[in-house]
Amino acid sequence: MSQGILVIVEHNNAKVNRISIEAVTGAQKLAAATGQPVYAAVLANDCSAMTTELSSKKLDKIYAVANPELADYTPDGYTVALAQLIERIDPAYVIVGHSYQARDYVAKLALRCGGALMSDCIAMNADGGNLTLTKQVFAGKFNADYSFSGEATCFISLQAAAYNADELESGSASVEDFAVNLNKSDIRTTVLEKFEGTKKDVDLAASDIIVAVGRGLKEEANLEIAEELAKALGGDIGASRPVCDDGWVGADRQVGSSGQTVSPKLYLSLGISGAIQHVVGMKGSKYIVAINKDPHAPIFDIADVAVVGDLFEIVPKLTEAVKAAK
Amino acid sequence: MKIAILLKQVPVKDATLELNGDGTWIDEDDVQFEINDSDHYGLAEALNIAKDNDGEVTVVTMGPDRVKESIKQALAKGAHQAIHINDEDVKSSDPLTRAKIIAEAVKGENFDLILSGLQSDDYGYGQTGVLVAEMLGMPHATLVVETEINGDKIKVKRELEGGWFQNIELPLPAVLSIQSGLTDIPYATIKGIMMAKKKPVADVEADDLGVELEGGAFKLEKIYTPVKSKETAVLKGDADSVVPQIIDKLKNAAKVL
Repeated sequence: MSQGILVIVEHNNAKVNRISIEAVTGAQKLAAATGQPVYAAVLANDCSAMTTELSSKKLDKIYAVANPELADYTPDGYTVALAQLIERIDPAYVIVGHSYQARDYVAKLALRCGGALMSDCIAMNADGGNLTLTKQVFAGKFNADYSFSGEATCFISLQAAAYNADELESGSASVEDFAVNLNKSDIRTTVLEKFEGTKKDVDLAASDIIVAVGRGLKEEANLEIAEELAKALGGDIGASRPVCDDGWVGADRQVGSSGQTVSPKLYLSLGISGAIQHVVGMKGSKYIVAINKDPHAPIFDIADVAVVGDLFEIVPKLTEAVKAAK
Repeated sequence: MKIAILLKQVPVKDATLELNGDGTWIDEDDVQFEINDSDHYGLAEALNIAKDNDGEVTVVTMGPDRVKESIKQALAKGAHQAIHINDEDVKSSDPLTRAKIIAEAVKGENFDLILSGLQSDDYGYGQTGVLVAEMLGMPHATLVVETEINGDKIKVKRELEGGWFQNIELPLPAVLSIQSGLTDIPYATIKGIMMAKKKPVADVEADDLGVELEGGAFKLEKIYTPVKSKETAVLKGDADSVVPQIIDKLKNAAKVL
């Protein structure tokens, strides 16, 4: 009988990523409900910085999977290595953050291990002994509940902010080295260079006020009314992905799963419908005002103030009123 | 070069969706369907690669009869032929089962490249391309934004998080999931629409592929409208009436003025 919860921990520049800390937090809560141990696995050429960081958390064991072929992430390298670890531990659940890296290989790993993956979950509920996983479907319009059955390992990827990293429980965890049989010939992809895209001229993660624009702005020339409102409020312009793809604003202003995760004091969105990919990047904002003409826009579900109306009429007047109030 | 593009048909963006009676799918009455947004970019990349490498693009779509319309559109945009995997039961929702059906249907075609979009706008599992690759023993890359064929290899630029990118090289045959947004999507021309009518569409019955359709590990219990976690103040009316109310909220609730 499979037993235990294994969290695969992702890292960058020798630090554990926030989404993995959230995944550990989720695993701790699932462990509390099911009475199962929680393990973490770190894959790298040198795991020491990450295992040291994790050793002060409430975990039953940390597996350090060190191998020169794991210096760079590859789907083959991670799959071959983790399949060996999973065979040895035989966990009931494998949990990861739903990051870009996880999207790239976890479904493959689950299949290799004879299990299955439910991706991008927002909640895990184990009341009454049966696991229910919740994910958003139809671009966030509905939620769906899934049950899991069978003896195989259940793989779960958790959406960013599904669990609050501030609720991570501390403790002390031992580290065990796990040697894997992994060779260059196991890896079919060749990793070439890694590079940064456009130069950044703003760090939205540090902004207190963000005025975010979406497709509802219709054309680039209309960006001006948003910029004037941002200027009046003393804030920065953010954007949804389509607006960045169209080149209206730089990619450094993109908020969402492929861009920045932000939590400003005020997030004021203009003409953004609120697809999940955008919402995951801004739902932690302290106060959300959304202006959209569609009363069913999903962004209204997470807004503090939902303004149903024509942004082209409202925004210029709002800018004047903000200036007058300051 | 033989290239497949996995296309899915989903409800049109901004469609007002209602759930069906037993809460297992949407009520399809009065709902229009279209090609899944991110799959347009997969199709665009497939057509670009085909153009530069003397290739042929096959559209692979699973779903009930209504998906024929999306197939026709993709053919009008320049794809050469199509495989329609007829699956009346759109609710067969397990990602693994869906991927197995697709893998079985394309196995004998010996594609050099199998492309997909990043994820569907209905279930949004984002797993199909990766699973098909593993089932067919092919290497894969996801979040691909550029491709370049070099003999029996393909070099791809992948998007990473936080504004970073990475170049990697894979041996062919390979499976790629294309990131949205970074190429211009093709439009159907009148000539393309005329030509599409003559292009071959092979019909395959999902039931005939020998894949166990039931028995996936995950069972969809129900779909429902999420309970709102927040009190939302809804403001309606003309600009003159809503602006003072927004200012009041910015001052007294958000405390930014």
